[in-house]
Amino acid sequence: MRAVRLELNGVEVAAVAEGGETLLTLLRERLGDTSPKAGCLQGTCGACTVLLDGEPVLACLTLAELADGRRVTTVRGLADGPRLHPLQEAFMDGFAAQCGFCTPGMLVAAKALLDRDPNPTREQVIEAISGNVCRCTGYTPIVDAILEAARRMAGRRG
Amino acid sequence: MRIRKELFADERDDDLRLVGQPVRRQDIEGHVTGRTAFFDDHSVAGLLHLRCVRSTQHHARIRSIDTSAAERTPGVRRILRWADLPKKAHNILTIFDFGIDDEPALADGKVRYKGEPIVAILAESRRAADEAVAKVRVDYEPLPAVFDVEEALKPGAPLVNEYIGRNWFRYWGDYDCQQIRFGDVEAALRSADLVVSGRYQMSPIEHAPLETQGCIVVPAEDGRFTVYTCTQGLFFSLDNTAAQLKIESNRLHFVGGTVGGGFGGKVDTVVEPLAVLAAMLTGRPVRYVFSRAEEMQVSSPRGAERIYIEDGVMRDGRIVARKITHYHDAGAYSRLSTYGTIKSAAHHPGPYTIPNVWVDSWCVFTNRTPSSAMRGFGVTGGDFALESHMDVVARAIGMDPMELRIKNAYRDGDMKAHRKLTQGAALVECVQVAAELARWPLSEEARRDSSRVGGGGERARIPPTPTARTRAPGSTGTGARVEPARLGTGFAASEPRRGTTPLPGWTGGAGFPSSRPEPPRREAERREPPPEPPRPSTGGHGAIRFSSVFGSRRR
Repeated sequence: MRAVRLELNGVEVAAVAEGGETLLTLLRERLGDTSPKAGCLQGTCGACTVLLDGEPVLACLTLAELADGRRVTTVRGLADGPRLHPLQEAFMDGFAAQCGFCTPGMLVAAKALLDRDPNPTREQVIEAISGNVCRCTGYTPIVDAILEAARRMAGRRG
Repeated sequence: MRIRKELFADERDDDLRLVGQPVRRQDIEGHVTGRTAFFDDHSVAGLLHLRCVRSTQHHARIRSIDTSAAERTPGVRRILRWADLPKKAHNILTIFDFGIDDEPALADGKVRYKGEPIVAILAESRRAADEAVAKVRVDYEPLPAVFDVEEALKPGAPLVNEYIGRNWFRYWGDYDCQQIRFGDVEAALRSADLVVSGRYQMSPIEHAPLETQGCIVVPAEDGRFTVYTCTQGLFFSLDNTAAQLKIESNRLHFVGGTVGGGFGGKVDTVVEPLAVLAAMLTGRPVRYVFSRAEEMQVSSPRGAERIYIEDGVMRDGRIVARKITHYHDAGAYSRLSTYGTIKSAAHHPGPYTIPNVWVDSWCVFTNRTPSSAMRGFGVTGGDFALESHMDVVARAIGMDPMELRIKNAYRDGDMKAHRKLTQGAALVECVQVAAELARWPLSEEARRDSSRVGGGGERARIPPTPTARTRAPGSTGTGARVEPARLGTGFAASEPRRGTTPLPGWTGGAGFPSSRPEPPRREAERREPPPEPPRPSTGGHGAIRFSSVFGSRRR
């Protein structure tokens, strides 16, 4: 057992994690953020992707205690109050979600990409979400939506 | 996007104005904000976790199950066995009075496929349940197994499923397979210019939804149970859970509709009955979720199919005879494969007017993972075979494959092999549009052709049809009399209802009786209203009745 303090989507939180507990369990069962999904629990599907200090990690393979003192961002941290992130808007406009189970991980992976490179090529987008499986196989609208979000964000900056 | 209303208008009362237009899904805001609540996103205090001990054998008798070490594992609260089941075997279609209850939710003394659940362990944590699962010792007496549909039909093949009593499903009282008989195929094959044969095969396909299947059951203070589930058929699963637990359906409240990928793989209702039973017996909330490994290994895949096609073809491209034998591998239990087999028979011989058609579609039991629904099951495999074969035929006679399809396409007014008149045909037009989009050159004649012309008349006739019935090798019929006029419709008589739980003389572990006595009829278990008489061939069309499960076409 150990106490873990972290900043979850901008809010200071703390919880007690058992030895060997994953960040995914900490988030879903102790901190009440069920947006990262348990698709495989073996690091292959990407549905549990969250950002740890801005870098995408697989929460199902990350020990909870490794998040101690760090910033964790889930898809619930993307919106600014009632204002959705351009990625979220572009996903909605472009039908880039079907069952929705991969969507939180997909969006978080896309955010990490746009934070790093606001103007990615199509190939870079595909590379950035290559660890995220969409079994509904809606990859084309997802890639399109990420590129569209990048365009919209560039427009706002410009 | 263009909707050719002149072809489909009679069948659709809506104006299809949304097709081709961007529309925002009503659930998508929840998806992109992470607020959509899938079944496992419901937070419940005091959960027990259910995990199953699964068979390591493809086919075996169980000599003994030693759970003593598992019971001593800290956190273990209860172990469920076959003896705890209110209903000893079940099939999800028997709630519609179709099929045979042929699958125990926990092993009944025998395992029939690798991964079959044997006992269920309930523990305070997932980890404790997994530890206890690993401590259960099962003593197996391995039995010969069969993995191939044609091997399974041979006399002397190991009997897979004693509830069925044979390695194939017998339809409508006395048919060893679904059979279409239309015209004289053998004579037409003899007189054809060319006979083109093919053998086609589909492997099982796992749906692999990102969300593995599972449910959370919460007992309410009023004796009801709230079931958070990912089932694709909320009320279908509710009814099947109630039937399997022998409780009134109003004791169950199913909450769902958010399915993290289904594709047909989440209608079998394999998790809910055990989880509700566990909640009933412990008074605790219960969570039962497949691991990814279980999802891949034991959830129903699309069944393996093997399809033989023999076409009698004339040099001018007319297909004058089509003879098909279609085998569906149901695996060890029926689930929905009995229905998928009906669908394949309903789909053959494809959208073509062929004057002589002979189809045998078999639902065969093997020691493979039970297969079930997946995206057009029964039809997809058949279409793969039919359309592959059309290309083979085209090559064999040196004809353009698009033109071959147009030449043989059914047209309005044609009689189908199922004795239904063709209406609203549009295959000719679809091929024309596909050719145009693919810049595939068509002859002037093919470009001008239409589904509206050339049909009917002689093509509306039901030809004289020999009524030879196919029997499995070594099979004898039940002797049920079926009127010759109904032969081939497949939907005339209904399977006599058979409840088989438990099998007479079956005490678990002692082996099944070698000659299976006729099980008691199920009437005793039925509630009001009383059983309906067998449906006439004009109504109660099997395919239409079942289509309500999966959503029937709008009219």
